[in-house]
Amino acid sequence: MSDKPKAGFYWCASCGGCEESVVDLAEDILDVVAAIDFVFFPVAMDFKREDVEAMEDGEMTVCFINGALRTSEHREMARLLRRKSRFLIAYGSCSYQGGIPGLANLYPREEILRFVYHDSPSTENPEKNRPQPHFRAPEGDLELPSFDADVKALDQVVDVDYYIPGCAPPPSLLKAAVEALLSGELPPKGSVIAPDRAMCHTCPRIGTKPEKPMIKEFKRPWQIEIDPDKCLLAQGLVCLGAATRDGCGHLCINANMPCTGCMGPVSRVHDHGAAILTSLASLIDSNDPQEIEDALDDIPDPAGTFYRYGLPHSLLYAKCGITAGNGDA
Amino acid sequence: MPDDVSLPVVEEFQPRIVAFFCNWCTYTASDLAGTSRMTYAPNTRVIRVMCSGRIDPQFILTALRRGADGVLLGGCRPGDCHYREGNYKCLRRFTLLKKYLAQMGIEEQRVRLEWIAASEADRVQKVTNQMVDQIKNLGPLHLEHIPHAEALHDAPVAVAAGGAP
Repeated sequence: MSDKPKAGFYWCASCGGCEESVVDLAEDILDVVAAIDFVFFPVAMDFKREDVEAMEDGEMTVCFINGALRTSEHREMARLLRRKSRFLIAYGSCSYQGGIPGLANLYPREEILRFVYHDSPSTENPEKNRPQPHFRAPEGDLELPSFDADVKALDQVVDVDYYIPGCAPPPSLLKAAVEALLSGELPPKGSVIAPDRAMCHTCPRIGTKPEKPMIKEFKRPWQIEIDPDKCLLAQGLVCLGAATRDGCGHLCINANMPCTGCMGPVSRVHDHGAAILTSLASLIDSNDPQEIEDALDDIPDPAGTFYRYGLPHSLLYAKCGITAGNGDA
Repeated sequence: MPDDVSLPVVEEFQPRIVAFFCNWCTYTASDLAGTSRMTYAPNTRVIRVMCSGRIDPQFILTALRRGADGVLLGGCRPGDCHYREGNYKCLRRFTLLKKYLAQMGIEEQRVRLEWIAASEADRVQKVTNQMVDQIKNLGPLHLEHIPHAEALHDAPVAVAAGGAP
């Protein structure tokens, strides 16, 4: 084994997009693997949990964890990797703020299990079986992780050193983080490794952004032919760039689609969704209560739209009552 | 005489209501209610803001997160805003926030917006009493517990990376 710094890359409730973002480093990945040794990377390499358990505490220089945390296994792995790593980085929207899996905090666990295992149109389960944490089979006892009552971001389970936002994070931010770790020139603990300004600030369409309230009705992308040069807000689209952190490289904007807020808030904002809500509602061009209500009818799901990537990191955290009688151990 | 004659004391639930009142109208009205020696429920903690347009939805959510059972917003009547349009800004945000709060299982009566002019001390009295009664009926607000909540209050200090600011 070489004496290069060791790194881990683990996933919890995750789609695999964050792993893709490592591949998206393209030829830069050669510099990364030349400088560090991956000693745990379940998607790409055949190391097991036992290998991590056998390490000294703090043996890994850095571990990147992506995905939200919902099962006992996620929590156990987060604690184990925290112990074995000097720096723990929440990688991607889910790990940073709860991400799309975090929207499950709008539903009680029982409702989720019932839909997935019984009611979903694509499920055939006449005996209404459900996975159990313990199962006695003729061949021996089987164990599965238990399913928590709510979804958590990584820093709601373990101490986190840095955050890399994005769904998935742009490779430039991963590269910046690796370079900072290797050079030892580290930002203050708790930093989000991305520019601390709103996305609009660098948006190529900023010149056409409205300064005054001008929206009569909000539109969905499929309802209009989108002008590729004009500010998306000015076209009535729900673009969240005004209240979302920069650093994404405007991938969505350049594809002529509005920002959905995956980079999270800037540092002055405590509740990303509330900041988005403020920026959008303020643009409605009406003083009439009924007209305002009509314009807002075009936003049928504020929780899912404004908190798409961060409900667990928001001030309300979850819908009231979802964990009633469902407390986690 | 038996020793144990005391009846069990059942404490009535006293809602905590945070009120954001605009300086020019509703706060002046609540001042007038005070100087006129009007009595009303003591459950509100009034925070004076210069304009209802200053009330960031984050203030409301933070009040609820930190223990308020309800939030009352007070601004000038439409057309009377000292800054011309601030109360309309408040209305637009409040209209959208209400939809979000409903999705999060927070009852409609807990967050309320009222236009109360400077002379309407009786309206401050009436609205406050009414809101306290309604929230007493609803009971305390129980938000879901945030694990490791300190992470939320010490928002990370961010740095620039990946490009010049």
